[in-house]
Amino acid sequence: MGLSGLDIFKKLPKTNCGECKFPTCLAFAMKLAAGQAMLEDCPYVSDEVKAELAEASAPPIRGISVGTGDEAFKTGEELVLFRHEKTFFNPTVFAVLVSDDMADDKIEELVKQANECEHERVGVILKVKAIAVKAVAGDAGKFKAAVEKVKSLTPKPLILMTEDAALMAAGLEAAGDVNPLLYAATEANADAMGALAKEKGVPLVVKASDLEKLAELSDKLTGMGLKDLVLDPSPRTPKETFVDLVALRRAALKDKVKAFGYPTITFPCEETDDEMFETVLAGLYTAKYGGIVVLSHAAQDRMYPLLVEALNIYTDPQRPMQVDSKWYEIGDPGEDSPVLVTTNFSLTYFIVSGEVEGSKIPSWLGIVDCDGQSVLTAWAAGKFVPEVIAKFVKTSGIEDKVKHRKIIIPGYVAQISGELEEELPGWEVVIGTREAADLPAFLRQFSTG
Amino acid sequence: MSFSLPTESAKGRVREIELGIGDKKVKVGGENVLPFHLWEGEMPNRPIIAAEVYDEVIDEWPAALTQALEGVINDPVAWAKKAQDEWGVDAIALMLRSTDPKATDASADSAAETVAKVEAAVSIPVIVYGTEDLEKDAEVLKTVATKAEGKNLLMGPAKEDNHKTIGAAAIGYKQSVAAMTPIDVNLAKQLNILLTNLGMEADKLIIDPTTGALGYGLEYTYSVMERLKIAGLFQDDSMTQMPLMGNVGFQAWKTKEAKSSAEDYPEWGDPVKRGIIWETLTGVALMMAGADILILRHPESMRLVKKLIEALSA
Repeated sequence: MGLSGLDIFKKLPKTNCGECKFPTCLAFAMKLAAGQAMLEDCPYVSDEVKAELAEASAPPIRGISVGTGDEAFKTGEELVLFRHEKTFFNPTVFAVLVSDDMADDKIEELVKQANECEHERVGVILKVKAIAVKAVAGDAGKFKAAVEKVKSLTPKPLILMTEDAALMAAGLEAAGDVNPLLYAATEANADAMGALAKEKGVPLVVKASDLEKLAELSDKLTGMGLKDLVLDPSPRTPKETFVDLVALRRAALKDKVKAFGYPTITFPCEETDDEMFETVLAGLYTAKYGGIVVLSHAAQDRMYPLLVEALNIYTDPQRPMQVDSKWYEIGDPGEDSPVLVTTNFSLTYFIVSGEVEGSKIPSWLGIVDCDGQSVLTAWAAGKFVPEVIAKFVKTSGIEDKVKHRKIIIPGYVAQISGELEEELPGWEVVIGTREAADLPAFLRQFSTG
Repeated sequence: MSFSLPTESAKGRVREIELGIGDKKVKVGGENVLPFHLWEGEMPNRPIIAAEVYDEVIDEWPAALTQALEGVINDPVAWAKKAQDEWGVDAIALMLRSTDPKATDASADSAAETVAKVEAAVSIPVIVYGTEDLEKDAEVLKTVATKAEGKNLLMGPAKEDNHKTIGAAAIGYKQSVAAMTPIDVNLAKQLNILLTNLGMEADKLIIDPTTGALGYGLEYTYSVMERLKIAGLFQDDSMTQMPLMGNVGFQAWKTKEAKSSAEDYPEWGDPVKRGIIWETLTGVALMMAGADILILRHPESMRLVKKLIEALSA
């Protein structure tokens, strides 16, 4: 990041050969700087320059992948301190902690909880993304057995936790070739733990008791040739964790401190015994710079709200979240149930569907594709207009599902009712409420007869 | 290598606003740092928690709430005293739900009477909120301001279309005003300018940028609060330096995720904990975005947010 097109241009051959599909080296350099071209497209640039440019264009916080296949997750690659400046990229990962001194049924229960915690919201699957297995007993056999147990119960990525390199080697053996995250390299074990992570090609957490030591240790490990690191400043009090997370993000982005150019891991489960407060701390670290957040459980009533918080905070402010364009059945609607339409802006959908559900009147809610815009914006942009709505109604099969022909439109677009009736012969257009909050009262008085 | 905490000092400062008068006075705002960035500046007042108290509960509330509010839910005075004495809140947010023209449509006089009773019963400041009905709120808050002359209530929401009536009443009878705008930095500034042009002191204003609950637009309120706070601190923009208020309880408990029963959504776990966490995470996120006042409904949410405030201040 941060290299201008001209900086890059200086390193190119300047032959304007055109083999990169751009007319000149300068044009190619500009595209590279904007992230719209790949350096590999230039066949003549030297390996030395390639390495140099790759280094300079690397994101200030490295993206780290853990696990393999569909279940793998990525953390890091954040570019800003505040989401409105651009967006946050890789949502906070929630992991559940089990340990090798737990009874089998306890491990089974926790992993089952984690497996079952999966919800779809605005087309995104929200779930617990990792299981942390901690060696507490200090026995290689027990650690291996716990890792094997967890592996047999879930395909989720693993975080292996022990500061003893020999135990870690045993755990890694049991885990097999699944790209687990190793926790953790410390001042005391860095040589052995670093060597192990390097040999197996797996990511490694760097743990130190303060930021200065963390920077030293991070530099030492990168000096050993390790690239995929995760940072744990490990203070274990909420105040210090918060300060450290802000400091790490700022130092990585603003001061370009390379030692801190990695995502973070935090442990609310070790910061409090109050199970409700544990969720509150996870909520804090979701907003403020937590990469991986390790919790003591995956109880739905606390995990689902956290997953939604991460979804909200990591939503791209430039691109409104959209829901699929289709008929949503709210309650258990029948052929006499009310028919309503609105736009596919996720917030509009959530608020309208919530109010309709609250009314306890089963209804058909038609969501028209308006590029994720709200009702008034979509109307002004020509996206929530009679012909579009009419096409949706005619092609979406609602005419076979209901006997009546009354369609409720948002009160804010009352002015389109006449034109919509012309586009939809046989339908009566009813003007609904302006505010979703008034829908329950409206629906209770409404009759399709 | 040596490493020192990267610090940023702000040019500006959030206005320190007083709610209530005399012994009841509580100060909010005054910080010259982002929330809890205590290593680079000061936060003379921690964010405050106001307990929502309704003069009438007409909606169907989930068991999580009716159990916690048992015995006081139909008695705003008892509810407010319990919030003060047992839950330890910093202020009362009296919601005049009875005045909603679409429901009970109680008179301005009867609402003002309830305000007077609650105000007299507690030793902490009182926030008084209408129902977002432009005309009725103007009428009710004018009467409230008159009857509670000099009490420095925080009244709202004042919106662009009724700010003149509410602002004039606040100026005339010495109250403060919460100015509400739809999730937009410039509209928030604009309404503050309109109110100060009317003659309101800038130190008598609070910004209510409209609250979106977790899952229902939280991210919009979150970013608007961060942008307002950053504009106030780092661009020293005086019309964004009012403390920010999040109307959390009302919005969070409207969501189906907070209020549905376990029968309706068994996959969402325990409904009591779920509702409390839905409210609490909304509050926590907004506090970290810059809210100086959080209005909460469930006592457990208040305990949790307070515990976080203490933990971050330790």
